[in-house]
Amino acid sequence: MINTIIQGVLLGGYYALIAAGLSFMFSVMRIINLAHGSLAVLAAYLLLILAQSFGISPFLGLIIVLPAMAGIGFLLQRFVLDRALRAGQLVPILATFGLAIVIDNALFEGFGANTRSLSNYIGTLSYDSIELPGGIYVGELSVGVFVLAIVVLGGLQLFLSFTSYGRAIRATSEDPDTATTQPGELIDHGPPLRGAELGGVPVRRAAVEAAEVAAVGQVEARREQGRRPAPVGGQDARRGGEGGRHGRTRSGGATVVAVTPSAGAAIGRRDR
Amino acid sequence: MSALAVQGLNLHHGLLHAVRDVSFVVGNGEVVALVGANGAGKTTLLRAIAGAHRPTSGVIALDGKDIAHVPAHRRVGMGIALVPEGRKLFTQMTVEENLLLGRMARRPGPWTVEKVIETFPNLGPRRRAKTGTLSGGEQQATAIGRALMSNPSVLLLDEVSLGLSPIAVERLYESLRTLMQSGTTILLVEQDLGRAMRVASRVICMLEGRLVLEGSTTSLPREKITEAYFGSGHERAMA
Repeated sequence: MINTIIQGVLLGGYYALIAAGLSFMFSVMRIINLAHGSLAVLAAYLLLILAQSFGISPFLGLIIVLPAMAGIGFLLQRFVLDRALRAGQLVPILATFGLAIVIDNALFEGFGANTRSLSNYIGTLSYDSIELPGGIYVGELSVGVFVLAIVVLGGLQLFLSFTSYGRAIRATSEDPDTATTQPGELIDHGPPLRGAELGGVPVRRAAVEAAEVAAVGQVEARREQGRRPAPVGGQDARRGGEGGRHGRTRSGGATVVAVTPSAGAAIGRRDR
Repeated sequence: MSALAVQGLNLHHGLLHAVRDVSFVVGNGEVVALVGANGAGKTTLLRAIAGAHRPTSGVIALDGKDIAHVPAHRRVGMGIALVPEGRKLFTQMTVEENLLLGRMARRPGPWTVEKVIETFPNLGPRRRAKTGTLSGGEQQATAIGRALMSNPSVLLLDEVSLGLSPIAVERLYESLRTLMQSGTTILLVEQDLGRAMRVASRVICMLEGRLVLEGSTTSLPREKITEAYFGSGHERAMA
């Protein structure tokens, strides 16, 4: 039972990490990015290409893939999501759904449907384990991912709480509600302008920045791909995708979601 | 030189011609009250100056420079700060966090969180409280403080007494008095004509989108303003 809980918590860290970007994007921009998992898998495949063709270790490959995915996040926000959002709340969902289909099928086309793994390129890390007292073994990779999840989520929380940019992001995430309830806003010519701008917060810049951070979160999530077949990772992201609505990432709740099936008992949904 | 000059400003909300050919100036350090009945276009005018609405035509000049096409968030950096109607605070964030947002404009100046709390002492004990839990007066003080944190050269106040108890309004204006005497340029919308005339040196009256009366608060008879306010003179002329 203790073993199950420990493994479940570690798996939850993995889910939480993958959900971080999704949750962050939802809480800040109110965009449900259905392509989140596909983008994470795309990042994993980029690392696979680097490892296979150029012999670059996946960890070093991050130096290339991380900025590349941030760039993709930026372009996606600027040319797809911003425009889609102007057409209504539901359009970005359709747009990202379409994007997910495009990415998934492009990957099928390019790489086939076989399960791929990065584990060949990271030495024995995927198989190494640590023995805990009581004869419980935990995978080094799982522990690494769990620690990374704590660092990423904790860091994100600190960033949102204590930096001026974090405050701007929270303000932007909170405001659209008040802004769009203003009749004057709805009949204005341009896109709805958010009150945050009146506070001197450059909203669109903040939004784009958030998209970048989200993309980075996606790439971070990829590390686990060494162990898990890529397409499953995509599923996991959707499953773990419980976002906080109030401007903070609360994907820690995913841990609960992960423990639940592992323990085979319904613990119930995390509350806010 | 005038701090703020509006020239031939027109603004449409769809088919509604909300601001019609409005021109006026606000001098450096002047406190000007913008009055008028509901729907006269006061809020729209203020929001156009702040950059929240795009004018159809006309010039909005800050220190002689046309800013009509500058996006709102950059206008804050140039020295225009709006305290919006209904306060529009970020209710999930604390008083201090709301205030610090105003600092993002990175304009140099005297305003700090401490100075805002000194100006509005009722915020002191609520500094780390979420603004959603504050009283109306405290919220309004926070909203004004947030605008002040950007060290504006022109402060736009939109109905700061709206929804406040008479005591809270009294306290708020008491705090604002020092601000007004310190030489901050202020354009304020106020429903209470008596109060507007007490705090402002000049009054501008709007009716159905047009500027119908403008003058010094000491020389304009109150009846004349009331007439312009409700457009009663206009109706009498029609009849």
